[in-house]
Amino acid sequence: MITVMRPNPLRDPHDRRLPRIAGPCVLVIFGVTGDLSTKKLMPAVYDLANRGLLPPGFALVGFARRDWAHHDFAKIVHEAVKQHARTPFREEVWRQLSEGIRFVPGEIGNEEAFSNLAETIVDLDEARGTGGNHAFYLSIPPGLFQTVIDQLRSHGLAEEHPGRWSRVVIEKPFGHNLESARELNRIVSSVFPASSVFRIDHYLGKETVQNMMALRFANQLFEPVWNNNYVDHVQITMAEDVGIGGRAGYFDGIGIARDVIQNHLLQLLALTTMEEPNSFEASQLRVEKQKVLAAARPPTRMDLYTARGAYAGGWAGGEKVKGYLEEARIPPDSRTETYAAIRLDIDNRRWAGVPFYLRTGKRLARRVTEIALGFKRAPHLPFSETDTEELGYNAIVLRIQPDEGVTLRFGAKVPGTQMEIREVNMDFAYGGSFTESSPEAYERLILDVLLGDPPLFPQHEEVELSWAILDPILDYWASLPEQPEPYAPGSWGPGCADLMLARDGFSWRRP
Amino acid sequence: MIISLSGTTSAEISAELLRARRSAGSPAQGMVLTLIIVCDESEYAGAMEASMAAGREHPSRILLVVTAGGRIASLDAEVHIGERTPGEVVVIRMRGAVAAHPASVIRPLLLPDSPVVIWWPGKVPRKQASDELAQLAMRRLTDAAASGRPLMALKARAADYTPGDTDLSWTRLTPWRALLAAALDQYPAKIKAVVVESERNNPSADLLASWLHNRLKVEATRQVSEGPGLTAVRMTTASGDIAITRPDGLLASYAVPGQPERLVALKRRDVTDLISEELRRMDDDGVYERTVKSLLDSEGQLGGKSRAKTGKKATGKKANSSRKIAKRARRL
Repeated sequence: MITVMRPNPLRDPHDRRLPRIAGPCVLVIFGVTGDLSTKKLMPAVYDLANRGLLPPGFALVGFARRDWAHHDFAKIVHEAVKQHARTPFREEVWRQLSEGIRFVPGEIGNEEAFSNLAETIVDLDEARGTGGNHAFYLSIPPGLFQTVIDQLRSHGLAEEHPGRWSRVVIEKPFGHNLESARELNRIVSSVFPASSVFRIDHYLGKETVQNMMALRFANQLFEPVWNNNYVDHVQITMAEDVGIGGRAGYFDGIGIARDVIQNHLLQLLALTTMEEPNSFEASQLRVEKQKVLAAARPPTRMDLYTARGAYAGGWAGGEKVKGYLEEARIPPDSRTETYAAIRLDIDNRRWAGVPFYLRTGKRLARRVTEIALGFKRAPHLPFSETDTEELGYNAIVLRIQPDEGVTLRFGAKVPGTQMEIREVNMDFAYGGSFTESSPEAYERLILDVLLGDPPLFPQHEEVELSWAILDPILDYWASLPEQPEPYAPGSWGPGCADLMLARDGFSWRRP
Repeated sequence: MIISLSGTTSAEISAELLRARRSAGSPAQGMVLTLIIVCDESEYAGAMEASMAAGREHPSRILLVVTAGGRIASLDAEVHIGERTPGEVVVIRMRGAVAAHPASVIRPLLLPDSPVVIWWPGKVPRKQASDELAQLAMRRLTDAAASGRPLMALKARAADYTPGDTDLSWTRLTPWRALLAAALDQYPAKIKAVVVESERNNPSADLLASWLHNRLKVEATRQVSEGPGLTAVRMTTASGDIAITRPDGLLASYAVPGQPERLVALKRRDVTDLISEELRRMDDDGVYERTVKSLLDSEGQLGGKSRAKTGKKATGKKANSSRKIAKRARRL
């Protein structure tokens, strides 16, 4: 083997066509029979291979409690890829991939299974030339992390060697409060250094989230108004039109605030409000996000500025649906919320005095994620009052999903003889200008893990800061004796959330 | 919808585009560029297909310019909106004297502010840089492989290179180059010599050899195989070859000294993919410029004859003409 590092003569910084291809490595997925694995991970691996971004020596190892041989597992992967991959199925890509597919059956606590796993990986290092580079994807409940991490350590799979890497990938939830997040971090970091732990928040892999940084920092147009001189409030919404589905066991007792606000919404908040980083290096980006998260504070009057609800039964989108409390395996006295809205304030020069309203819920009118900056009204309107009756406020809306893009709302004259001003939309549809089907978030994130490129992954400091914001609110809700307010399915949430904004003189935007 | 206009003018075409867009509910607002495609009737069908597909990835106003001779000057147009593509497609047929002044027709039809790209799927004007339509565009795409004498075509491109030019035979190489660069990432050994193997008359192979020669500063030899297209690249190191071989145009095997041989998908890409890749970048490609220009002065080395380094222009030319003769002989 060659150990002297010298610059690769074929790489030229001006040569921007050449993509970065990950080095040879083994991706080990724990919990490979789960939904996430078949619907997202395996298709993403195939799509990466199809785009020529996986190295020739790539291996995929599944670990699960199934009595499968390698080829049974390959068949599962084959089906998952055919059904869910974004790019067309091509036999030659499959042949490249299938050469490196292995399966190790066994329980997570079983010594022998892990010896088997260690052997399989060593074999692959030989047969596929993967050179001792391993990524472990823990697609399993966080309760099992301790066992897996201990097993990895005791079988020497987490050891650091020069010129090789071992990385661990974990999915949300990163704990259920500040304390458990710290505990989780202690477990993981006892074996893997912070730089080898990749926390996947698939939202951050979305093109439109990355576009937020382009919008803010590549343009001169928006930055001057991106502050409390012009913005009077911000609404961040993530709505789902479905109920909890089969996730009763996971969801009840956790609630939507832990599930969504702690990670997705607070990350979106941080990206919307952070100062410009010196560069897009992971450490610089992290510093700015941490600064703004540390400046964010929960409301002092929790009774006035937080709202929660649970969907009732009824009709939503032409379907008859059950209420949350009637769902299978949900106790009728459950106090878990399926809708949460909170107000946050950010104590810094840029944002002091601007309320940030975060809301999320299940069984709302439609599936949508967006960030809306509402602007102050013009200080003087040289029109008569009736002229501007229909004029609302200017807004910039960053639409994250599904119809990705940016909307600008402003007033325009209605054609005709009278001066009458009405709100209009100016729309940029991401899909309209760049229809090149954009990569799935998981493709981007898995590739970044294999390349060891961390900017899109939150580190434990960010996770802990988010919990510090959310914990007081969760504690307050836990102290309330009553159940969350019911709201009609297919609506935009409970009345208490509307009241919460009305107190400040605002109303929720209909996304 | 498809609207046919015969005996028309640019202004009428513009008005029709606006009307059609309004009545279809503004489907084409986010168009990012104007793509001009210049072809003759025989290339028309293929160009139309590729442009539709490219338009799906990059919504654009596509102006398909079909020129023909004749004594009577005429201008006919066909406006396609909302037909399998998110942008707009206008087929413009020019005959007679109008065909000699195509820019006068096209200039009013360019989208404001956004980039203009021109693509010749087949024949390229002799003096490309001074062509009327070429001067409207900031990016110019040609395809040497479509020419009967690809290497000559590439050299002509190199001779009147203008920033913003690319040839699709260069675009075809991206996956190969990515793989070769990745191979050297993993196995950073000193390369002593390079062999590029392809079927006869493959301009991509010429470019690849030229690129490797430029970057690695070693001799790059061309060898002829049965094809299809590029079939192998071998880079010699002290402990053996780094080799990528693709005999079937589909699946390649990848070998690095001291490591097991592995398979890697390396499919020959169709024109649609190539155009989409090109439309992703609007800046000029300096790496392509250096690569194609060095075809002009290092002919002997890249030509496959194990000749000593021919840096001087004079010998370059000689090699050039001897190659022409060899080629003619082959034809016979």
